[in-house]
Amino acid sequence: MQDKINTSYKQLEQRSKYTNMFLRWFLYLVLILFALYFIFPLYVMIVTSLKTMEEIRQGTLLTWPSGLNFDSWAVAWGGRGYGAGDTFLKPYFWNSIKMVVPAVFFSTFIGAMTGYVLTKWRFKGDQWVFLFLLFGCFIPFQAILLPMARTLGVLGISNSVIGLVLVHTVYGIPFTTLFFRNYYISVPTELVKAARIDGAGFFKIFFKILLPISAPIIVVTVIWQFTQIWNDFLFGSTFSFGEAAPIQVALNNMVLSSTSVKEYNVDMASAIIAGVPTLIVYVLAGKYFIRGLTSGAVKG
Amino acid sequence: MKTLKIEELSKNFGTTEVLRKINLEIDEGNFLVLLGPSGCGKSTLLNIIAGLETINEGSVYIDDYNVSKVEPKDRNIAMVFQSYALYPSMNVRENMIFGLKQAKVSKEKIEEQLQKVSKFLQVDALLERKPSQLSGGQRQRVAIGRALVREPRIFLFDEPLSNLDAKLRVEMRREIKKLHQQLKTTVVYVTHDQTEAMSLGTNIAIMNHGVIQQNDTPENIYNKPSNTFVADFIGSPSMNLIKGNLKQSSNQISFVANGSNFEIPINGYDFKEKSNLEKKEVFFGIRPEHIFSKKSNEGDFEINLRADLSEYIGHEQIVTFDYENQEVLAKFPSTIKIELSKNTKLYFDLTQISLFDAKTKERI
Repeated sequence: MQDKINTSYKQLEQRSKYTNMFLRWFLYLVLILFALYFIFPLYVMIVTSLKTMEEIRQGTLLTWPSGLNFDSWAVAWGGRGYGAGDTFLKPYFWNSIKMVVPAVFFSTFIGAMTGYVLTKWRFKGDQWVFLFLLFGCFIPFQAILLPMARTLGVLGISNSVIGLVLVHTVYGIPFTTLFFRNYYISVPTELVKAARIDGAGFFKIFFKILLPISAPIIVVTVIWQFTQIWNDFLFGSTFSFGEAAPIQVALNNMVLSSTSVKEYNVDMASAIIAGVPTLIVYVLAGKYFIRGLTSGAVKG
Repeated sequence: MKTLKIEELSKNFGTTEVLRKINLEIDEGNFLVLLGPSGCGKSTLLNIIAGLETINEGSVYIDDYNVSKVEPKDRNIAMVFQSYALYPSMNVRENMIFGLKQAKVSKEKIEEQLQKVSKFLQVDALLERKPSQLSGGQRQRVAIGRALVREPRIFLFDEPLSNLDAKLRVEMRREIKKLHQQLKTTVVYVTHDQTEAMSLGTNIAIMNHGVIQQNDTPENIYNKPSNTFVADFIGSPSMNLIKGNLKQSSNQISFVANGSNFEIPINGYDFKEKSNLEKKEVFFGIRPEHIFSKKSNEGDFEINLRADLSEYIGHEQIVTFDYENQEVLAKFPSTIKIELSKNTKLYFDLTQISLFDAKTKERI
């Protein structure tokens, strides 16, 4: 009797082992298929950018390039060297950097400050201020184009990188405030009380107590703002043209304005160049992001 | 000179009255505990003393100086919080000297204070650690240390032990008591735990709905509660309050419980005022620990009550009796055998009773 039970348990154990193994491999298979599906466009872009126009015309989308040919990358970045009509990304890339760095810095800093005030220095009607800021998150881009164009005109900074910095900073504040406010609300207010008794003032508490523990939310905000601002096309194309345009606008001009043959390899290289900075930010900051989330810096 | 004096203090948040006409005084070196259920305003009162909340009416004096409009840092106070509120990004050393650095104290003096206090609290080996690397008890000690280095006139404690587990709480309670005995500083301590209040305080102010119900020594709070709220709040289980009437004849005063037909003589009771006692509706208050199963004093009053329920809690048992449809709880050693649903002889210690007016709920 006992032996019988033992053997049947063994059989059951064996069976569940096989089922588990099968399910596991099935799971991997599905994951691999999805991964391939998502990586496919990137593969096509990279491969195409490395081919000559000759190869592109003869082969299919998937064929390997004959060799590592970075000519189209050089053209996309630095142009062909003849004067008028030669559009290339280098100056616009720096435009974008000059726009995105200050815009991300100011919007993050102001958001942190506002979040700090809204949670730790409550005042009468603060919930209304927060509500209106929140409302700002839901205003569509298009709705602020005209008033913003007028504002930039009055300030005399239309069609300039500074103008774009202002636009993106202002438009980013609702989002950054929301992030910081929700983060600081979980920081015990007793910290602020203790610091006040210790004699620290408004700014000292912010810089010495709150900011040092804000790394996780700063990273989140920077990723969010950087992606938004770098990838923005609407504000860039509306409030700037020619020399002052950011990279996304230049990319568009470059791809659409070529009069003769479509140079797919150059287009692909340009698109990758325009997309790389956000990728870098994700890869670099993403690590700190997870580290920040898991360290539990605030509690205790 | 009073170290701390609060005069006619009122505070409201919008339309909600949080504190109503509070008057309090503490002498140098005393340990005042603000005790009350949550929402009674005790933490708000402490924050007002610290200067973290504004006042609507009245004033706060420290050493006879009106500090009502003085910044927290200039009030010569230090505060220990429930969540410890240690600055997470700083190590223990930086946490403890942060206040002194803000006050621009000289480096030598800061170092001297830090050494003295960290040795005294036995945290000198932890100075380079971050708060997240400390245990609950250590954090608590550092938080106290941060308050100590400033050598304040008054220590404020806001429920400092309620985040600790039961065992550690008892340990830290004793440490705070020792600390106060050694340093003899003035302390204001907020808690909702009556054991903490009783064991620590030289004075206890019991609060409810923003009003101080009684401000007295722990002994008087326990033995002579000034109203039914205090009587009910202090003690576990709380005082039995039996409803009934007083009877007064020539030189005999007695209590008759509602529905009962016998009188309990209370000639020995120390009335505040002896007039108009006849037929007065009262609560007869007696603590469960003052009801005995054996006669211990000559003056004990013998009564027969039916036992309904018995709760065993280790060293003692709590038995619920029926007194003309009113519940009466008694505390006995667990060795005594009480038979349920049967009448049991009980002895009330009449020297320990309290009487309250049934209408005003005040002690008479």
